[in-house]
Amino acid sequence: MGRKLLTEHINVEGIDTFEVYRKHGGYRSVEKALKTMTPDEVVEEVKKSGLRGRGGAGFPTGMKWSFLAKPEGVPRYLVCNADESEPGTFKDRQLMSKLPHLLIEGMITSSYALGANTSYIYIRGELLYVLRILEKAIAEAYANGFLGKNILGSGYDLDLHVHPGGGAYICGEETALLESLEGKRGNPRNKPPFPAVQGLYARPTVVNNVESIAAIPVIVNMTGDEYAKIGVGRSTGTKLISACGHLNKPGIYEIELGVPVEEFIYSDEYCGGIWKGRELKAVVAGGSSVPILPKELILKTAAGENRLMTYESLSDGGFITGTMLGSGGFIAMDETTCIVRNTWNFSRFYHHESCGQCSPCREGTGWLEKVLHRLEYGHGHMEDIDLLVSVAKQIEGNTICPLGEAAAWPVAAAVRHFRDEFEWHVKHPQEATRPGAVYPGKAVLA
Amino acid sequence: MAKITFDGVEVEVPDGTTILNAARKIGGSIVPPAMCYYTPLQGSGGKCRACLVRVAAGSAKDPRPMPKLVASCVTPVQDGMVVENTTSEQVLNVRKGIVEMLLINHPLDCPVCDQAGECDLQNFAFEHGVSTTRYQEERRTFEKIDIGPLIQLHMTRCILCYRCVYTANQITDNRVHGVLGRGDAAEIGTYIENVIDNDFSGNVIDVCPVGALTDKTWRFKQRVWFTKPVNAHRDCSHEKCPGRVVLWYKGKDVLRVTARKDQYGEVKEFICNECRFEKKETADWVIEGPAHIDRSSVISANHYELPVLNQQVIADLPESSVRDLEQNPPMKLGN
Amino acid sequence: MEPTTAPTKPQFSPAAQVEIKRLLTHYPDDRKKSALLPVLHIAQAEFGGWVSPEVQDLVAATLGLQPIEVYEVATFYTMFNLKPVGKHVLEICRTGPCMLRGSDELTAHLERITGAKVGGPASEDGLFTLKEVECLAACGFAPIVQVREKYYEKLDTPEAVDAMLTELRNQVHRPILPWEEVGLPNSLKNN
Repeated sequence: MGRKLLTEHINVEGIDTFEVYRKHGGYRSVEKALKTMTPDEVVEEVKKSGLRGRGGAGFPTGMKWSFLAKPEGVPRYLVCNADESEPGTFKDRQLMSKLPHLLIEGMITSSYALGANTSYIYIRGELLYVLRILEKAIAEAYANGFLGKNILGSGYDLDLHVHPGGGAYICGEETALLESLEGKRGNPRNKPPFPAVQGLYARPTVVNNVESIAAIPVIVNMTGDEYAKIGVGRSTGTKLISACGHLNKPGIYEIELGVPVEEFIYSDEYCGGIWKGRELKAVVAGGSSVPILPKELILKTAAGENRLMTYESLSDGGFITGTMLGSGGFIAMDETTCIVRNTWNFSRFYHHESCGQCSPCREGTGWLEKVLHRLEYGHGHMEDIDLLVSVAKQIEGNTICPLGEAAAWPVAAAVRHFRDEFEWHVKHPQEATRPGAVYPGKAVLA
Repeated sequence: MAKITFDGVEVEVPDGTTILNAARKIGGSIVPPAMCYYTPLQGSGGKCRACLVRVAAGSAKDPRPMPKLVASCVTPVQDGMVVENTTSEQVLNVRKGIVEMLLINHPLDCPVCDQAGECDLQNFAFEHGVSTTRYQEERRTFEKIDIGPLIQLHMTRCILCYRCVYTANQITDNRVHGVLGRGDAAEIGTYIENVIDNDFSGNVIDVCPVGALTDKTWRFKQRVWFTKPVNAHRDCSHEKCPGRVVLWYKGKDVLRVTARKDQYGEVKEFICNECRFEKKETADWVIEGPAHIDRSSVISANHYELPVLNQQVIADLPESSVRDLEQNPPMKLGN
Repeated sequence: MEPTTAPTKPQFSPAAQVEIKRLLTHYPDDRKKSALLPVLHIAQAEFGGWVSPEVQDLVAATLGLQPIEVYEVATFYTMFNLKPVGKHVLEICRTGPCMLRGSDELTAHLERITGAKVGGPASEDGLFTLKEVECLAACGFAPIVQVREKYYEKLDTPEAVDAMLTELRNQVHRPILPWEEVGLPNSLKNN
């Protein structure tokens, strides 16, 4: 059993209250930081920890913090991205609803490090009930002197607010999130300028994922150097993995980075294998936008090495034979899964969630969905398969924000690894569209 | 000041200038096309992706290439930046793709569209696109909407450049239309039935790169290439209106009035609705002379470039008119 | 005969007004627009589960915005219903992970037993509106339906679905304001 840094006390009765949380060592990082460290020293610890953004991109958090512009007399902001909505990812919801004070503690310590006196948690609108939990916990933190004026007599002031979204995946993109927080449509901004220079209300802003912020108290308490010892190589610390799909035990698992994928899927400590005694067919390892991999490539790299749950190992082989750890949304599919249908489903998602601002994404996501729909329902042509790849390529890299890539990658990867199944849909439309149809596999057809 | 190399040409521009405007300073055929960017409208640009270019070197300090193509209209230059537009195969290919994307849901109803002949999308597709489509699905359509007695919204043609929204925000005193919905279901609209009605609302017609917002008083009157654009001005009573316009003639009739556009199709002086919609008699205006039309434009088909007044005609004019012409020449006097 | 009552404009309840006042303290004074999404949530809860143009106008007036600024936002975010809805809006997640665990079957089942259609009007008894939504971020507990602030999870058996519907049918008091379910925030109680 690996170490649990974030979720050690998640099942303690009453841990969502200030009192119980405090009893279990809560808010120690605030005391340590505000009383014994300068803000820059906190940033330094985070840098040393090697913590990488847990929202999906994996960018080093400490480095992101060091980019924050600090012009004299201009307020700056820390905004927590709690707009969790990447299909397959549901870790932040659990963390916030069960351990609200951990996030709040992380926000206080991080805001202190960044010199922010007002911070926001932007939570997706669907999670209004979690917003209430957070607001209650924030009220407790105020009442106990951890928020508000002159926290713990340190002279440092911080106000923390929770802000709900309204139902838009795109607001997980940091500049769309800031637009949304300003009361506007969630249209991502052109960059530069980056939020670190002009973010919320055109002021310097850092946007961090819930899990990244929640790791800050751990890092401050144990020191960055100690945190960096956990994990493998540049994948330091622990990561929450949201496991879902055709698994015996779907759920949230906090793993030390470096667990072999095979162990994660099949061991009883984690997902307990594939449901109904079936075979694994494919895995989407880091949320719906990362490339899907067939069983043989998710368990082992193309070079035949065991694939590990780390940023590096999962991306071994690039996009030809590899994928990404992304947000840790681990979706397993059993042998009966129709890859065409699943790809269509993901494409429909990105089509639905495109903000419509820039032309390749607005038009391209709809095009992909329509072609995939045709293929899935037996009206496809052979040339449609290459068309999908071509349209995906026309979107990728040419859009304002990464939703373009998120929409393009799953389609390109599905065709790359499962072309024969797409072809089967074209050649045998009647068979393929029969309810409950299962692709018999290349070997059987041959 | 920053010095950059654009398609092999060096140019020096003030810091903060965008790549596109640096290219425009060089001018000519290397200038990237722009369908949504509009210099006078703050915040415009970055959306259509027509102006994507490759940055082969980020700056003198950090000469690494940028990983993705960038929108030249919103990306500021850095000293020592090297940019490739027409010299990059990748850029030209991507641009073809952008044309295709912009056209898949476009009705291609140019034969019945008032914008044909002066349409940015038509020009863009003609210059950068391919002549076939791979799109087999049903195209998105919307109902035509009259937003007031003067402007028609034909959303099916819209490419969501947001220019009209910025115009309403920045040029008029209240905005009643905006972008509603999202994704490819997003549309320009007023949500509840509403009339775009204020003294400068007509400018949304001029900024529209396609035939989505058209002048109802000009509707189906004439193909633009059969009309003759003439610069004119009047002493407009509206304090914000310069009264400098283009009159579009067919014979002796003024069929429509528009603001003047520069070579990139941008209006620098927005005009009021009175000038645009109510002053359609030659007598309302002081004629300056034929408007400049780019040689490559279909409107030039009528050879209105550099007309010359016939000496014999001048000889027949009353003396007062000749004097007037000399003092305030509307066009070049004959040799 | 002259009509005796003019059509009444919607007004926020006193409790909602207090809550809006509290929300406005979260943002800088010149950034009232920031409160738009939270205020739209309150409006939707107060006025029958949807935001009519009149309600959106009220939101605009409350925050000092042009009405179009509210329309643009309300039509962008999928949580805001722009048409009248039944007493309970069942938001069924249809995205990949839920589909793998039977959301298609769940949707068909719900259509059958409520009589409502996804994207259509409410069931005849006015109780249920069915709405398909994208990922609700609870993939490990799929398939999922959200009703107001509550997530109903693992609805992969008819029994689980029945239990949900029974609970909803028996819900006599439909909370008007969102926070009635969990009690007022402390800051509001002190007012």
